[in-house]
Amino acid sequence: MRSIVAEGLAKKQKDISVAEFFERNKQILGFDTSTRALITSVKEAVDNALDACEEATVLPDIFVKIQGGEDDEYRIVVEDNGPGIVKKQIPHVFARLLYGSRFHSYRQSRGQQGIGISAAVLYSQLTTGRPTVVVSKIGEGYPAHRLTLLIDTKQNRPETVQEDMVHWERESGTRIELAMQGRYVRNTKHSVYEYLRSTAIVNPHAQITFVEPDGTRTVFERATDRLPPQPREIKPHPYGIELGTFMKMAKESTARKLSSFLSTEFSSVSQNKAEKIIQQAGLGPSDRPGKLSLDDGKKILKAFQGVKLMAPPTDCLSPIGELLIKRGLRKEMESLSPEFIATDKRSPAVFSGIPFLVETGIVYGGDLPAEERVDILRFANRVPLLYQEGDCAITETIKNIDWRIYGLQQRGGKGLPYGPAIILVHVASVNIPFTSESKEAIAHVEEIEKEIDLSLRQCARKMRSHLSKQEKRVKTRRKFVLISQILPQIAAKAAEVVGKPVPSIDEVIIKIMNIVWVDDHVSFQKGTVTSTIDITNYKDRAQSFQFYAALPDGGEVVSVSPEPAERNQRYLMWSVSKLQPGEKRQLSFQLGGMAEGDFDENSLYVKGIDPVNVIGVEKWEGG
Amino acid sequence: MTTVSERKQAALREMKKIAQRVYDDLSSARIPELEIPSRTKANIEFDERHGVWKYGDSASTRSAVSLSGAQMLLRTMYVIDFIRQMVEQNKSSTLRELYYISEGWGEGKFSTQGDSDRLAEDLEIMTATLREDMSLRPEEDGARVIGDLVIEETTRKGEKRVIHCQDDVGDSGYSIPYTVEKEKLRIKSTGARLVMAVETGGMFDRLVENGFDENTDTILVHLKGQPARSTRRFIKRLNEEQKLPVVVFTDGDPWSYRIFASVAYGAIKTAHISEYLATPAAEYLGITPSDIHNYQLPTDDLTAEDISALQSELSDPRFNDDLWKHEIELQLKMGKKSEQQALAKYGLDYVTDTYLPEKLTEMGYDF
Repeated sequence: MRSIVAEGLAKKQKDISVAEFFERNKQILGFDTSTRALITSVKEAVDNALDACEEATVLPDIFVKIQGGEDDEYRIVVEDNGPGIVKKQIPHVFARLLYGSRFHSYRQSRGQQGIGISAAVLYSQLTTGRPTVVVSKIGEGYPAHRLTLLIDTKQNRPETVQEDMVHWERESGTRIELAMQGRYVRNTKHSVYEYLRSTAIVNPHAQITFVEPDGTRTVFERATDRLPPQPREIKPHPYGIELGTFMKMAKESTARKLSSFLSTEFSSVSQNKAEKIIQQAGLGPSDRPGKLSLDDGKKILKAFQGVKLMAPPTDCLSPIGELLIKRGLRKEMESLSPEFIATDKRSPAVFSGIPFLVETGIVYGGDLPAEERVDILRFANRVPLLYQEGDCAITETIKNIDWRIYGLQQRGGKGLPYGPAIILVHVASVNIPFTSESKEAIAHVEEIEKEIDLSLRQCARKMRSHLSKQEKRVKTRRKFVLISQILPQIAAKAAEVVGKPVPSIDEVIIKIMNIVWVDDHVSFQKGTVTSTIDITNYKDRAQSFQFYAALPDGGEVVSVSPEPAERNQRYLMWSVSKLQPGEKRQLSFQLGGMAEGDFDENSLYVKGIDPVNVIGVEKWEGG
Repeated sequence: MTTVSERKQAALREMKKIAQRVYDDLSSARIPELEIPSRTKANIEFDERHGVWKYGDSASTRSAVSLSGAQMLLRTMYVIDFIRQMVEQNKSSTLRELYYISEGWGEGKFSTQGDSDRLAEDLEIMTATLREDMSLRPEEDGARVIGDLVIEETTRKGEKRVIHCQDDVGDSGYSIPYTVEKEKLRIKSTGARLVMAVETGGMFDRLVENGFDENTDTILVHLKGQPARSTRRFIKRLNEEQKLPVVVFTDGDPWSYRIFASVAYGAIKTAHISEYLATPAAEYLGITPSDIHNYQLPTDDLTAEDISALQSELSDPRFNDDLWKHEIELQLKMGKKSEQQALAKYGLDYVTDTYLPEKLTEMGYDF
């Protein structure tokens, strides 16, 4: 999409200046209100900072400060510990609109969102007349360069007003300072604070320090020291290519023959397939890519659709992962002490030849308001989407799920649900389809909506199963009070009144309970989770069954007792045989490499016994 | 006539049988349970012999299989043990004290006094004894009496004191003790022709101030809302021993009709001892819905609760006669209710000079 703007811009540049273009397109650029201008500016700077750190495989340590407020003028400072930018590039990166957007790169990156940091620089200049100051250092032993920049709005060229070498403590990194007219708000969904908090949730490897105009300092702590895997750039797949992009690729291609252009610059196109495509398009394999007419391009695009091609590679995406989503949510929702966090991650899928994947999470209970509409946290390539919630495919999909069956309230089984929950959806893709240039809402693409739907339902099922398990336990716990406290007291008192010895109540207990009771306990200490499971037979006959404990993503079993009958990455299975009436057996296992909160609830299953008779477990459905 | 202590021993024997049943259940691996009659409107039947309403055959089972049932069993065991200790030590306690004592009973603790009062009643039913014989007495005292009546009360010091309920008492009258059994209270003589039970204190005081008791030879009994057991027992004794007719004078609303029903037919809560408490000969004087209309009394609108109470009375077997049905339906149609004291609309003396004489004459009394 960026290429389209660029083209448009290029055409329009003849007639209007960058400043005018900006003024006319304030809304799609994210600068339409003074509140949003501040958020967008911080967002552009922080997105750049995170991308830069990750590219250099450095754990991001980002500092954001907003100062001032007099006459609605604010000063924004964003500083990172990334690799820095070489001096020569600094003016182009910060003071030239749409620099570097030759055409879209097929890679999962934050940079896809927004128009780039230069828009913030331009906004700063237009509203205050002040230059932007950038300090950057590329490594130990190098000097830090301090550049004071303006944009020549007639030419869209950077103008370096001043240039110094300064001393900077940081080993490397970049710092940008810009002034702008804006409005600073707190405690609303659309605020810098909320943007940074949301960013922290889906970037648990980053530490973000935020200083607000009133001096309030918030540190969004790092939740993991593991950097996300680097997303790989892939070549575009023929199924999803747009004509403009295709023509541009053809013009700039170094390939001399059409067939090699197709087979080297696209995914999933072999020499053989390339020839088939060319044949169907009625062109020659040796035609020069640079000489293709618009009409030829259309023919090839049509031929693309007629040839059966393999799906694009999907290992190019970098998901956050269930464990880290959970950690991120737990960390940022700590003050609400949520009762339960469910997460889900889908395998990559493809729409129009573009790989994508969906991850979701649901936070439930605790101090979340029980009667209000659930909060939705939307993310695209790890960037929070704050605006245009109503237009987004994520919102639409949530509305179309009947949440009542999962324990939330919803009028008529449609629309946004109510209840003590927060729903998180992350869509990662090499090319996120947005509804518009402002890139705040994901377009209604059927494949994406389906994946969101499936993932949310999986999450919701986990939530429901947690709730029904809770409910059953509460009920059974009442029975426990009954058999462990009340019944012995009845026996003791009755015996006292009639003046006889206290009778044994064991058999009566079994009759009253008439279940197999599973009581489990999870504890955490120094990176190790210990799970202890007690199984007691309160039925009047011996019971034999298979007992399963599901293992979490990334957990490594360091010890298990007794030796299970079956074990693999996903679960442990014990054969419980001939558990006598009144008998209790204990199972336990320990998981290494865990953080607190990673695994706080067992998922337990049984096979070979009616699960109705076993409290605290579900029916084993898996193989 | 058995003595108090004999009756208490008998009650204790009955209660020990309950504990024995629970004990036997437990030692033979049965889930212990107790059965008691359902104490609802649907389970009261007319007892032809005594002319009162009593519990029918439907019973509910309290089983230890549920938490609430087990809790009830545990409380029952605690209460029985508590009563056993009281009988052995020759002590008694109020129902309120019973409630507070349960604080130390762990899971057997009562959550409200309503719960402990009900359990005491359940025990009465299960053992067919009175709670007084279980050394439990009510908190509330009986109500007030004024009229030409001589009684002999045995005080706590064992003295017998003869009291004339007009001459020996102040304007607030003689206060009925919580137990009115013969060893406590004897009715010596009376010159009255009628007993009038009055719902509200305001009306009781009005009648006293106007000298109604003296002028018309009437014994006035203040019911104090839903009357205590001793008040009802006292009225019954006046009726049976002194052959005095009884009329009941209340507000004109559904709750007052229930007060009358508990005097005349027996209360649903205490239907197990209706023949001991109820006065089947008692008649309802007013305020009737017809009175509201005939005397053009000031009214209030019926509330939603009033309406549902009236409707519930239509299906209450105690009100299942033509007169009551007619009056209740009339009231539902009017949508109005009136208080006794609304008669003051026509002046303070109107009730004694006009209303009561008219009503009593209408009912066949000679005034």
